[in-house]
Parts: sequence; C-alpha cells; structure tokens
Amino acid sequence: MGATTIAKGINNGLRAAMDKDARVLLMGEDIGKLGGVFRVTEGLQKDFGEDRVIDTPLAEAGIVGTAIGMALRGYRPVVEIQFDGFVYPAFDHIISQVAKMHARSLSKVRLPMVIRIPVGGGIGAVEHHSESNEAYFTHTAGLRVVCCSNPSDAYWMIQQAIETDDPVIFYEPKRRYWDKGEVAESADLGLFDARVCRSGTDVTLLAYGPMVKTCLQAAEAAEAEGKSLEVIDLRSLSPIDVPTVVESVRKTGRAVIVHEAPTFGGLGGELAATIAEECFYSLEAPVLRVGGYNIPYPPAKLEEEFLPDLDRVLDAVDRSLAH
Amino acid sequence: MSDIDVAATDAVSISEFDRLTAPVPAVQDGGPEMIQLLTPEGQRVPNADYDALVATLGDDELRGFYRDLVLIRRVDAEATALQRQGELGIWASLLGQEAAQVGSGRALKPQDYAFPTYREHGVAWCRGVDPLNLLGLFRGVNHGGWDPNEKNFHLYTIVIGAQTLHATGYAMGVQRDGAVGTGDEQRDTAVIAYFGDGATSQGDVSEALVFAGVTNAPVVFFCQNNQWAISEPNDKQTRVPLYQRASGFGFPGIRVDGNDVLAVYAVTRAALDSARSGQGPTFIEAFTYRMGAHTTSDDPTKYRVSAEVEVWKHRDPIERFKAWLAHEGKADHEFFAAVEREADELAVHVREGCLSMPDPVATEMFDHVYVESHPLVAKERAEFTAYQASFEGAH
Repeated sequence: MGATTIAKGINNGLRAAMDKDARVLLMGEDIGKLGGVFRVTEGLQKDFGEDRVIDTPLAEAGIVGTAIGMALRGYRPVVEIQFDGFVYPAFDHIISQVAKMHARSLSKVRLPMVIRIPVGGGIGAVEHHSESNEAYFTHTAGLRVVCCSNPSDAYWMIQQAIETDDPVIFYEPKRRYWDKGEVAESADLGLFDARVCRSGTDVTLLAYGPMVKTCLQAAEAAEAEGKSLEVIDLRSLSPIDVPTVVESVRKTGRAVIVHEAPTFGGLGGELAATIAEECFYSLEAPVLRVGGYNIPYPPAKLEEEFLPDLDRVLDAVDRSLAH
Repeated sequence: MSDIDVAATDAVSISEFDRLTAPVPAVQDGGPEMIQLLTPEGQRVPNADYDALVATLGDDELRGFYRDLVLIRRVDAEATALQRQGELGIWASLLGQEAAQVGSGRALKPQDYAFPTYREHGVAWCRGVDPLNLLGLFRGVNHGGWDPNEKNFHLYTIVIGAQTLHATGYAMGVQRDGAVGTGDEQRDTAVIAYFGDGATSQGDVSEALVFAGVTNAPVVFFCQNNQWAISEPNDKQTRVPLYQRASGFGFPGIRVDGNDVLAVYAVTRAALDSARSGQGPTFIEAFTYRMGAHTTSDDPTKYRVSAEVEVWKHRDPIERFKAWLAHEGKADHEFFAAVEREADELAVHVREGCLSMPDPVATEMFDHVYVESHPLVAKERAEFTAYQASFEGAH
C-alpha cells in the first residue's frame, strides 16, 4: 500500500473504519478543523462532518464519560486524549466505568470504545506531555491495552481496535509519529499478537511502542560485535502474547525488557515474573529491565539521560551475557 | 491553670453546651419559586403553567400514582427489614422521596432512557424493573441484575455523579439517531439523569451540564435535593439554590416540590417534552427530604435533629396525595384498602424472593470480564476450577 508515517497510518485507519461502519465516531479536543495537535485526525471532520468528528469541550472526564453514553446508545466512539499526562481527569471513568461495565452488567452491556493516547517522551515537551502510564491500565481488568510501533501496525491495529467489542486503550508512540514505513496489504497478525521483528539466538529483547526502534538499532549494533539479538514487539500489553515471549526466551535463555516507563511496578515486572514461571529451566541469566528511572518525568533537558537508549540497552545485554 | 488549659477545657464544654441548648433549626422550605400543585394538607394550588399537563391525567392514572407511591414505600420498608435481619449487606432507603421518583418516572415514555443513582427504586418500579432485581446488588449476589436495554433503565451507578455524563452522551447519541424534534411521538426520545444534592459538587456533574448545554442534548437533569449528602447539609455543597446553577450553563433550571407527585409529574413532563422536541436540557431540583438514614450503615442522629425530621413528616408525599384523591372523590376507602393488600403481597414477594435468591456460581466471575476471549482470564478460570476440584469431596 506504499510508505507512510505512523500518524498518517492511524489517520488512514480511522478513515477506513469510518467508511466501513457509520457507528464509528471520533471525539476529542481540537480534532476537527485543526486535525488534532499531532494532525492524526486531519481532514476527517471535513469528510465525515461535525456529528462524527466531534470537537468536544476541554474536559477529559466529560469526553470519556459522554463517550460511554454514546457507546450505550450503540455507537463505537474513538476518543482522543491529547497527551498521556492529560488522561488522569478521565481516569475514574476509564477504571470505574469503561473497564467494569461489561462485568457489572453480566455481559448485557458492551462498551466497544477506543481511547487513543499519544505516549512517551523524547519530544522536548513541558511537564505532563511525555509520560508512559500504560501500567495503570494494564493493571485494570476489563481493558485491553495495545501500542503500535510502525506505520503498518498503526494502520491495521487501529482498525482492529475499533472492531473489538471490548474497550481498548490504544497507545501511539508520539516521538515516532513521523517515522516512515511500508504498510502491509492486509493485517498479518491479530491485534493481541506479538511480533518477532528480528530473529536472534543470544538474547531476547522485549519492547513495545517507541522502544521497538531503539531495540532494533541495538540489535543492529550488537550484530557488528558478533551478538545475535532477537527483538519482540509485544504490540499488545494486555493481554500479553505469552506463548511468543516464552518460545523466544526458551530459545535464547536470556531476556532484557525495555520500556520508557519507570521500572517499579511497570509492565517489565509482570513480564519478568511470567518468564521466571514459564522459562525457569531455560534461563542462563536473570531477566533484566531497562526503563525510565523511578522519578517523575524530568525536564526536557534531562530526558535523554532518563530514557532508555541504544547504549543502555546494550549495557543490559552485556550484563545478561556476562552470566 | 494556664491560658491554654482554660481554652482547651472551655472548647469542650462550650461545644457540648451549644449542642444541648441549640435552638431547633429553621427547616428549609422551597421558597416562593418552588412549583407546588398540592400543599402538604392536600389542597390543590392552581398553576397556569402546569395545570394543563395535570388535567390530561385520568383518574386511573392518578390512582396509579398513589399505588406506585405506596407499593415502593413498602418495598423500601421490606428491604430495610431484610438488611436488619442480615439478608442484605446494605440498603439505601428512598423513604420520603417517593413522589420525586414516581412523579418523574411516570412522566417518561417507553423510548426514553433513565440513568439512576443507587437510590432510584421508585424510578426502577416505574420502568417495570422487578424490585427483586434491585436486591441482588445489595445482597452481594451481583453488581446489577437487570438488562438495562430491556426497560431503558441503566444499572445503578455508585460513583457519585458519573451517570450524568453517561446520560448526556446517550442523549448526544439520540441526536445523531435523528430521534429529536421529528414530531413523531413514538420516536422522539429524551434522557433523564438522576442525582442528588451532594453530586452537584462533583466535577462530572458540571462537565455534564457543559456538554449538554453546548450540544443542546435532549437530557433532563433531575436533582433530588434531599437536603443531606450523608452527614453534610446543603450549605456544605452550595452557596446558591441548586436549580439556579442551570442558568450558568445556558438552560432553564426549575425548583419543584419533590414531595408533590402532581407537581413533579408536570414539571418533569414539560422538561422531557421540551427535550424531545429539540429545545435542549433542563435542570430540575426536586426539593425533598431523606426521611431515613443515608444507608442502613448510617446514623443520622449524629448530625441532624429530630425536630427537622418532624417538620418534614408533615410534608409527607403519600398523605397529601391520599387526602387530595379522597377529597376529590377520585378514590375511596375500598381502593386504599386494596392497595394496602397489594403492598402486603408485594412485600411477601420481595421477602421470599430475597431469601430464595441463589448465590452466584463462582466460575461466572470470570465469564463477564470481556466480550471476546482473553488468555489470562481463561487461564485463571481453568486454574480456579482445578483448584476447587482438588478438594476432597469436590464435584
């Protein structure tokens, strides 16, 4: 289908979903004429009208709360939260209503909605614009949480998320919005499947979203030093595609988990525990985590030190291989 | 004795003295702006704006209102008794608020949709939800046992005020379905959001009023001001009468006597008609009183005086309506006695149904988390089943 960016891939995916199903509508701040602060919804209001691409009042609880009502009426709302750090006013509705409505109603009520959140740092922004808060949502039963890392997945995964009858938190790696790549002719994986994006034999790198590219670069650099790294893009953070992870780690015997989020209480801990349970007799080294430090996201001048990069990933690889 | 000691000692004794000698507080009434069609004594007050809406009600419907009021009060009393006997974990009583709920509930059309709090037993009754279905939640059997789309009555929402946003979003969906302002009485649809005086302090409620205002959504905000948010009186929540909040959001607000079933019916009916016809939202403050505790876990004697409750007893919603029906010759002793008998039967239904309610099947707690299959839930369900089966004598 040709090359495009992640931002445009999502835009095209939203367009395809809206073409296919008249019940799909978009809600968010500045998503109409402006096309969103990242231009992900550019042109959609012009083509689908103000009733389907809704510029909402500036109130995140209100956006998610009314989206719930829309879904109860039979619509399939796709909500845009402008930045990761602005989702918290809507947190109550996501945790107490969106996640629990199906269970509360004993399966009588469905909330097929998608909450899109640009995630992560590396864009030199002011406070609250660079957070990785996925663990709050993966910790909450009733939600599904996914994160795309390339234009093809962006295009296909947003459509799959919209078609899912469960609520989906859809993370978009904001610093990679403008990365280009080829878009596949069809969805080659299910929404909740992990992808082995580079095969290797020595160490498994587990990543998602913005850190997939970092890990692929690390694997490239390691190859020059004669080390063979396998890179897995988890894609789905809840549920986790455990079989793909386990198969890889049983093969390599070593795992390094990489995410921007602080490590304490993060998804890496869950992955490490799962690997310990499932791959114990195959492990050659402790499972290691590379993540943000356990501090509030620092000012932009310090974010390069805070965020995992190629060198920190390779350092962890070396520590793993030292065992 | 130091100054500090004196102050500390006095603080305790003065506070105790104040408590013991406090005058009976002036019990709030709704003021001249409150719409009232029946006085507490049951006398009809003419009202040019609303008389026509009440005039359309036939005697059967009026007697039906009375029946609703009595039956739901009886359900409430039975549920309170069941809680006291350990059969319910908790119960939120609607005692005193029957007219607010029945008057508004009976103003709804079948296609309208109601979003309740956890105290809307009277509205549930009007929507045709079996009271037994309400009990499951309070017995700990489920979190809501009815199909919301069967009766257009959403599940009880426990997080205060959250449902006002759901109602507004639902109403925005109604707009997109073209079910507003068509003039087709079967099609045009309104949504009603129930909440209390305490909820008006929640940000969600303000956001709902914003969204409804700017979208002109067909939603009625029905605030039962029962004077108390658990232990906090109105003046801890607001500096202005609650109905006046609406003007800041750009739509009408109105205060109605919440203990007057006729007035509540008329005011709600007008607001719903307005919403259905495309005129947008209305905020209704139903001025009423929570005669009982917040829930069965609460002790209102710690924060309010019995003299206040006594004043409100004289404003009882059922007594005034009964007096008016009798005076107008719309109902006789035989009718009132028949309703009492029906209430007794309903109480038996509630009690027996509660006692025979089956406990939930444990594995089913895994079955409703997601619509589509989920590997972690499936894994844990299998582990749970195997664990349960591992006990001797398990089957």
